This record gives sequence, structure tokens and C-alpha cells, in this order.
Amino acid sequence: MSVKAPERTAYINARLIDPDSDLDSPGGLLTEGEEILDVGAGLFTDGAPEGIAVIDCAGAVLAPGAVDLRTQLREPGEEHKETIASAGRAAVAGGITSLVALPNTDPIVDDVAGVEFVARRAREEKLAKVYTYASITRGLEGQELTEIGLLSEYGARGFTDGLQPVANANVMRRALSYSSAFDTVILQMPQEPSLSTGVMNSGEVAMRLGLSGISPLAEVIMLERDLRLVEMTGGRYHASLISTAASVEVMRRARQRGLPVTCDTAPQYFTLNESEVGDYRTFARTMPPLRSEEDRQAIAEAVADGTIDAICSDHSPHDQDSKRLPFALAEPGIVGLETLLPLSLALVHKDALSLKELITRLATAPAAILKGQSGLGKGRAADFVIFDPDRPRMIEPDRFRSKSKNSPFENYAVQGEVLQTVVDGRTVYSAAEES
Amino acid sequence: MCSDRPLDDSKTGYAHRHLLGIEGLQRSEIAALLDLADDYARQDPRAHRPNTLLSGYTVINLFFENSTRTRTSFELAAKRLGAQVINMSVAWSSIKKGETLIDTAMTLTAMRPDVLVVRHPDSGAVKLLSEKVDCAVINGGDGSHEHPTQALLDALTIRQRKGTLQGLTVAICGDILHSRVARSNIHLLNIMGAQVRVIAPPTLMPSKIERLGVTAFHDMKKGLQDVDIVMMLRLQTERMQGSYVPSVREYFRFYGLDREKLSHAKPDALIMHPGPMNRGVEIDTEVADDIDRSVIRQQVEMGVAVRMACLDILTRGQEQEA
Repeated sequence: MSVKAPERTAYINARLIDPDSDLDSPGGLLTEGEEILDVGAGLFTDGAPEGIAVIDCAGAVLAPGAVDLRTQLREPGEEHKETIASAGRAAVAGGITSLVALPNTDPIVDDVAGVEFVARRAREEKLAKVYTYASITRGLEGQELTEIGLLSEYGARGFTDGLQPVANANVMRRALSYSSAFDTVILQMPQEPSLSTGVMNSGEVAMRLGLSGISPLAEVIMLERDLRLVEMTGGRYHASLISTAASVEVMRRARQRGLPVTCDTAPQYFTLNESEVGDYRTFARTMPPLRSEEDRQAIAEAVADGTIDAICSDHSPHDQDSKRLPFALAEPGIVGLETLLPLSLALVHKDALSLKELITRLATAPAAILKGQSGLGKGRAADFVIFDPDRPRMIEPDRFRSKSKNSPFENYAVQGEVLQTVVDGRTVYSAAEES
Repeated sequence: MCSDRPLDDSKTGYAHRHLLGIEGLQRSEIAALLDLADDYARQDPRAHRPNTLLSGYTVINLFFENSTRTRTSFELAAKRLGAQVINMSVAWSSIKKGETLIDTAMTLTAMRPDVLVVRHPDSGAVKLLSEKVDCAVINGGDGSHEHPTQALLDALTIRQRKGTLQGLTVAICGDILHSRVARSNIHLLNIMGAQVRVIAPPTLMPSKIERLGVTAFHDMKKGLQDVDIVMMLRLQTERMQGSYVPSVREYFRFYGLDREKLSHAKPDALIMHPGPMNRGVEIDTEVADDIDRSVIRQQVEMGVAVRMACLDILTRGQEQEA
């Protein structure tokens, strides 16, 4: 699918949206090689220049591609669930131009070789830009710090123990303190492990089903602890997958105090609630668990008002054998790369936020958290997505490019479809060619 | 063949293929099961020897968790109806590593049983299995979720002693958090018009339990005030030494049923226990063996009758399908 970048390509009749340059207007964009050569409201209004490739966007949105803060690649180690190639195809079909992988592969990305492996494989596939985090602690064991300085030099975009929160407060304190010398970010899914041994949100549904519950307090207790450690150390901290109203309140106050902290959530936390578990539906088993309706609403509001900086895919591919099990034994997580954009667009269609603000959550803010660039400015990498924000359709997991189909959103009605995805000037996905 | 059925009517009054739980059943369906079980309870097995009602039928008892009592009860019920019975006990720990639950289901389906009785340590596992096999499935207990035949046999026992369930006050005491017996009984008793109380220390009381339509008590004496029925639950050994309650003696002091606490219930209150009992933990021997109050032996007897009724009704559904 990937074709050699032509010298110059003109994208005309687009609705340009770029939070970085505060742009939302009809216009055009010109790429040369891997870069954006020109962009603007008035560009190509009188037709495209002769002799170069022209793509007519026909009024569709052209915006910076999504930057996904949380993907599980499964390569190396679990290639039957996903590979860097299949995840790359899924990402670009979902309008994602850059993604960062969790280090929880086999082997774990806790040394320089692991970071280099992911970089080399991503270069070979040349789809979405694939980066990786390294683990905070060796072997994800929560005890000894990894070589945070060296790993940063070799390209680790941040540090996280992925699905395992760093439970030991002193280890977290040292990670935040040490990493501050290298201007990198520590990402943590805050869930106090001793309070989160259950399998779904605690409450009426768990009680009826006889499933062990995870209290929403497990999240806010660790979040508050971590924020105190940030205050003490000055490290840069990002809370992954915020899922409760209480956490939103705590983040809001931390911002007001001026702490260097950010956070994200994933679409399931503002789209679904615990009732989705219904009759032991393992596709609805996630970590953190789907919460109450009040929590869901609070997360949607926090995405809208910016308390939650970013929306990530939390792409967690699992094969059938990992999900066709009694609920408590099923692996948590759902695939997210191909549903990130349409599920997030629902917030725009409900008038919770503007399309430009949504692009901030999906692209501009996550890029900033990673100290990277996102935007349609001249000279920037030509990484963008062209999409129709309104086209109605059903989510069909059978058609996912991802190797895994574990999604609770089967036959879920959404609006929005990616038409074309461009990475470094190359068209890496085109809906017209797919159908 | 139908002459062996106490109910001659081919309509069963029960509109489901499986018996997976009490939640979701209609009052009339529970009544139909109890009526039929009552007939079986009154039937003298010796007068129906050999019983050929289920001759040619195969019942598989598939137990992923140790159980002597429930398995034996199902086995006896099936044999009294003339069915062939196969018992399979599976060590779940070894299953986890290799063969999956679904594979087990597929293997068993190939053997073409008519009824599968399944017990499993994980909530929801029996339902999952029922979706993958093409025979009737009876839930013999799944995790902390449901144990429907236990609730039915408890209801039958109460009905025989008290005449009705309507209007009675029933206290369920002990480890409510982990108990499938408690959940099934709460659903059944509510549907049949009884008032249900649950009594447990806070660490063994599930949050939001009041949403099931029960009143929760932490003080056993208050909870037992003027009740008609006292249902005690078994406390698992691993939960009584510091994890959920500090010690056996402390548990017995505050939540064990003894004469003193029982004196707060109605003078004719019945004592029930699903077994096996931990004497001196949740129940005092003197109370457990009181022939005027304790109906624990009768529960076991009703267990066979209830399971005969379940097997009868579910296989009758199959005849109608065929």
C-alpha cells in the first residue's frame, strides 16, 4: 500500500484543522517529499498548479494525524495477537500517524536492545511512526530502575511499567526524581494493586454477578500519592487511563496548583459503563474496569474541558483463547486503534467540544506530552489524516486490520470515517483503495 | 412412560432450556418446580421401582470443584428417574493450563448427553459452557454467583414446614460476600413474597446488597429479631483466620448461631444450613442438632426431590423440541 512519495502533492478543497496554528478553515496544503511545503486558507482556491499530483479532499477534514500514547504491539513475543505490521496497518486505517508502544512485550523493553528492535522493525514496515516506552523498573518487577538516561538517548519516549503500576512509593519517588535530569516523562496507570485484585468495577453489577470488585478508590488513592511525589521531586508525570470522577477532581486541583502533570483516558471510559459487562461479556473486561454511569459522564466532561489532556487508543489485542473464558480468567483489554477516532468524534457530535479541540486531545496534546511536534505548519513532517467527520456507519470488528477482534463495539453505530492517512508525505492508507 | 411423572400435563410451566440461576425466573416457574418437587418428595421411591421416566437418558455431572453432597444428590436424583449417570470431576487447576473450558464443553457435546450438571469455581462459567453445548445445563453452583437447586430445596423445605413462603421473614447469616447460596436464596425468596434480611460482618457483606431488596444487619441479635427462618452459611476456612474475620472464636462469638442469639427469633423459627457445617464456627452443635428447630436433614432429603423435578422438567422440554 505504501507508495514512494512523489515530489510534490497538492491537497485541495480541504477543511484544514490545526490546533497548533489555531486554524479551522477551508483551504489547501502542499507537500514536498516528507514535509509540508505550504498550507493555508487561500491555497489553491483558484485550482491546483499544473504538473503535480492533486488530491481533492472534497470538503473533508484535513488535520494532524492522531498521536497514540498507549498501544500494546505484542511483538516481540505474542505475534499471534498482533505484530508491528498489523498494528501499523490498523493505526493508519484509524487515522493514527504516530504511536507509542508499552514495554510489556516478551522480552520486556527494559534495555537499549529492546528500544532498537522496535525502531528497526518500524522502519521496515514504514506505516505509522512507531515509538516505544521503556519500563521504569527492570523486568516490570517494580524494584530496580532501568537505565533511564541511556534509554532516553536511544529513543525511549517515556517510561512506564504499563499494566503494572509501580506500587512501591520509594521506587516511584526515585523514578520521578532521577528522570527529571533527562527531561523525560514517567507514565503510570494509577491503580493501587492491593485494592484492585477484583475483575470489574465494584457495585451493584459486580454484586449481582458474584464477581469481585475493584473500588474506584484504588485509582484515586494511587493518583494522589503520585501527585505528592511529583510535588516532592519535580519529575514530569502522566497519569494513564483516568476512569473515575474522583480522579478527575484530583487532576483538576493538581493543575490549579501548577504541578507538571498530564493525563489521558481511552474512548471506552467516556462511552461505556459497567452495565456493559451484562452477562459476563469478557469483551467488556478492561483495566481499569468500566465504571459507573456517573464516572463515565465525569470522564466525558473532563475530556471536553481539557482536564483530561489526551485520548489514547489503549489498544490491547487479545486472541479468542484469551477472551472465551470465565470472566475472571479472561485477559483485560480491547482493541482500540481503529475505533479511536469515530468513538471520540461522538463527543463532537454531542457538542461537548469542537472538532479543533478534539484534534488537540488526539494529536497536539499527546505530541506535546512526548516532547514531539504535531501540526500542519510549514516545514513540519507531512503526517496528517483526511476524514469525513459525519459519515454514519457501524463498527465491524471482522474488518479490522488488527489481528485481534476483541471489541465490545461490534455493530455500534458511529459517525466518521478516515479517507486517507499520510505519513512523511506518503499515502499509507486510502479508503478508496481499500474498498 | 408418562405414568411415572407425577404431573401428567405435558406443559411444564417452565419456559427455559437450562436452569442457570434463579434471577430472571417467574414466580409461576418457581412454583411449578416446587410443586413437582413436592410430588416427588411425597412419592415412595420403592413404589416406582424400576422408574423408567428417564431411561435412555444420559446425565453428566461435571464438577470443577470438590463436592460430595451436591454431586451425590444429583446422581441419586438421576438414578431414581432411571437415567444413566456419569460423574466427571476435573481438577480445575490443571484445566487452566491446558484444555480450556470450551474444549471440555466440545468434548462432552460429542458424547451427546441429555443433561449436564455443572459446578465451577468461577462466576459465569456455567453460563459460558451452556452457550457451547447442545443439551440442557443445570447450574450446580458457579463461583459466588448462583446455586439455584440449593435455593429451590431450601424453599421446598420451608414450604413443607410453614405451608407457604409468602409473608415469612428469613434471615441469611454469614459469608454473604462469597455465597452463591445467599444470592440464589435472596432472589427466590423475594420472588415468592418473603422478607429477606442478611446478617454479616462488614467485611463479608457485598456493597450494594440492599439493591437486591434485602435489609442488611451487622448485629446478629437485631437481625434475628422475630424472624421465621434462620439460614446459616458456611464460612470457608481460608477466610476465618485474619483475612476477612480475625479468628474463629471471634466469629463464633458475634456471628455463630447459639441458643442465646436464636432466642431473638420467633419461638418456632426454623434453622437451616446448606452444609457441610462447621460446628463451633458458624453454628453451635446444640442448635444444629435440635430436632424441633433444625431442618438441616430435611434439606438434604428435599435436595434429591428438587433435583428430580429439575431433571424431569428440563428433559420434558427436550421431548417437545424433538
